[in-house]
Amino acid sequence: MRDLLYNVRVRHSLSWSILVLIVIGIFFGIGKATKKVDYVWQWNRMPRYILFKDDVEITTEEDGTVKTIEEKGDRLSITVRTLDGGEANYSLPASADISVEEGDDLYAGDTLGSYKKWRVGILLIGLWMTLKLSAISGILGIVIGLFTGLARISSSPAPKWLAILYIELIRGTPLLVQIYIFYFFIGQVFNLSSQTAAVLALSFFAGAYVAEIVRAGIQSIHRGQMEAARSLGMSYPLAMRYIILPQALKRIMPPLAGQFISLIKDSSLVSIIAITDLTKAGREISTSTFSPFEAFFTVAALYLILTFSLSMFVQYLERRYAAGD
Amino acid sequence: MIDVTGLYKTYYTTHKVEALVDVTMHVDRNEVVVIIGPSGSGKSTLLRCLNHLETAEKGQIVIDGIELTDYRTNINKVRAEVGMVFQSFNLFPHMTVLRNVTIAQTKVRGRSMAEAEKIAMELLEKVDIAEKAGVYPSQLSGGQQQRVAIARALAMQPKIMLFDEVTSALDPEMIHEVLEVMETLCREGMTMVVVSHEMGFARKVADRVIFMDEGRIVEEGTPDKIYDHPEQDRTKAFLAQIL
Repeated sequence: MRDLLYNVRVRHSLSWSILVLIVIGIFFGIGKATKKVDYVWQWNRMPRYILFKDDVEITTEEDGTVKTIEEKGDRLSITVRTLDGGEANYSLPASADISVEEGDDLYAGDTLGSYKKWRVGILLIGLWMTLKLSAISGILGIVIGLFTGLARISSSPAPKWLAILYIELIRGTPLLVQIYIFYFFIGQVFNLSSQTAAVLALSFFAGAYVAEIVRAGIQSIHRGQMEAARSLGMSYPLAMRYIILPQALKRIMPPLAGQFISLIKDSSLVSIIAITDLTKAGREISTSTFSPFEAFFTVAALYLILTFSLSMFVQYLERRYAAGD
Repeated sequence: MIDVTGLYKTYYTTHKVEALVDVTMHVDRNEVVVIIGPSGSGKSTLLRCLNHLETAEKGQIVIDGIELTDYRTNINKVRAEVGMVFQSFNLFPHMTVLRNVTIAQTKVRGRSMAEAEKIAMELLEKVDIAEKAGVYPSQLSGGQQQRVAIARALAMQPKIMLFDEVTSALDPEMIHEVLEVMETLCREGMTMVVVSHEMGFARKVADRVIFMDEGRIVEEGTPDKIYDHPEQDRTKAFLAQIL
C-alpha cells in the first residue's frame, strides 16, 4: 500500500541521488582541471611536514680516546678519555648506530653514533601557533567584548560612546590593516614582539564583534527579569551578575562559537607579520616543494579539523547546559 | 505607609500619553487597597512608580517615611522593603524554585545560605509549593509560578506588597490558588496595593477601592461603595463593561 509518506520518500531518494552526482561531479572537475594545467599530484611529500624522522648525530666535544662502550638499561653510554686525563660521557638510545669502537682516537666533532628521532613538522608547529593565537585572542576578546558590551548598553554617555567608537572603528576597517597598525605602529611604540602584536590585534578585533553579540544577548533577556531582580532590592551590577548575564551567556553561546570559528580562520592573516602559523607553514611548504595544491589542501583540512571540533564541542556544551529552558 | 502627592508621568511614544495626572493617594499601615480601571488608565504605572521601576517627572512619593523621589535616597534599600509581584511572574528561569527565593536574601540581605533556605522553605510551605523546591520554573504551571513569585517577594520580609495584575495571565482554574495566598497575606495584616479586576477578591479583603481612568484617580471608597453605588459616570460605565 502506498502510505502517506510515499511521495516524500520518493522525493528524498531523488534528492540523495542528485547530491551524490554533484559530489562526484566536483571531484571529476578537480581531476580534469589539474590535468589541464599538467599538475602532478605528490601527496607523498606532505606527511613529512606533519611528522618526520630526523637523523640525530652525537659528536665529541673534545679530542680523546674511546674508553668504554657500555649498555646501561635501554641506553648506550660511551665514555671518552680526554687528552687532559678527564672523562666525558655520551649517552645514546640502545637502537643507535655506533660508528666508533673502544680504543679509537677521536678529534673534536667526530661522530660517535647516530639515531633516528621523530620530530614535528612545520605544519604541526604552524597548527599549534594558530591554535595558541586563536585561543589567547579568543579569551581576551571575550573579556574585552563582555565589558564593551556592558558599556554599550550603559545609560551614561562616556562608556556608551567610547564603546560605540571602538566597535565602529574595528568593524569598519579591515583586519589586515589593523594587524599592520598593531605591528608597525603600536608594536614599535611599545616595543612588542610580532606575536604579542598579533594577539592584541586579534583580541581587539574579536572583542568588537563579541561586544555586539553580548549586547544583543543581554537585550534579548525579557526586561521583566531585570525588573524582578531590581524589585527585590538588587543593585544593577548584582542583577547583571546573577540574573541577566547567566541567561544571556547561555543564549549567546552559538553566535560566540561562530565568532571563535571566524577568529581561527581570520588568524591566518597574521602570517604577513612573520609569524609561522598554519597558513605561513602552507606557503613555506608550497615554495619548497612546488606542490601548492597539496600544501594548501592539507592546510585547509587542518583548519577544518580545528573549526569542526570547536563547533562539536559547543553543541555538546549547549546540550549540557540546557537546564531550565 | 505610602504617601503619593501630585504625581505626574508622561510617555512620549508616537504621541504624547499622559500616564499619571496629579495623582494623590494615601495608604495606611495594614491597609489593602485595590486599584481598578481600564487598560491604559495608569494603574500599573502608578504601582511601578511606588517601586521606582518608573520615575515620575513631578510629584512626591514617600514610603515608610523615606522620600522615594529624592535623588539621594538609596533606591535599593527602599525596594528591599517593598515586594512586587508581576503579571508575567518573572521568575529567574536559570535557577531552581528554592534558589529563586534565596538569591536576594543572600545577596541583598546578606543572610547565610542555610538561614535563607530555612526561610525560603517556610514560605514555600506557606504558598503550598514546598514539594517543588528543587525544580526549575519552566516545569511549573502558571499558578504555581505565581505562588513562587509571591514567596520570593515575601522572602525579603517587605513592609509593603505590590501586586500588578497577578492573575491576568493565569488560566481561570489557577486564579483561585493565587488569590487564596493573597487573602492569607491580607489577614496577616500585610500592607498591600493590588491592581486587579478580581471583584470577589476586592469585596472580600479590600479596605478601599480606587478607580482610575486616563491617568487620574476618578473615585475611591469602600468596595461596597465603588461596586454598588458608584458616583461617577465613568466608574459606572467601566463597571458595566466588566460585570
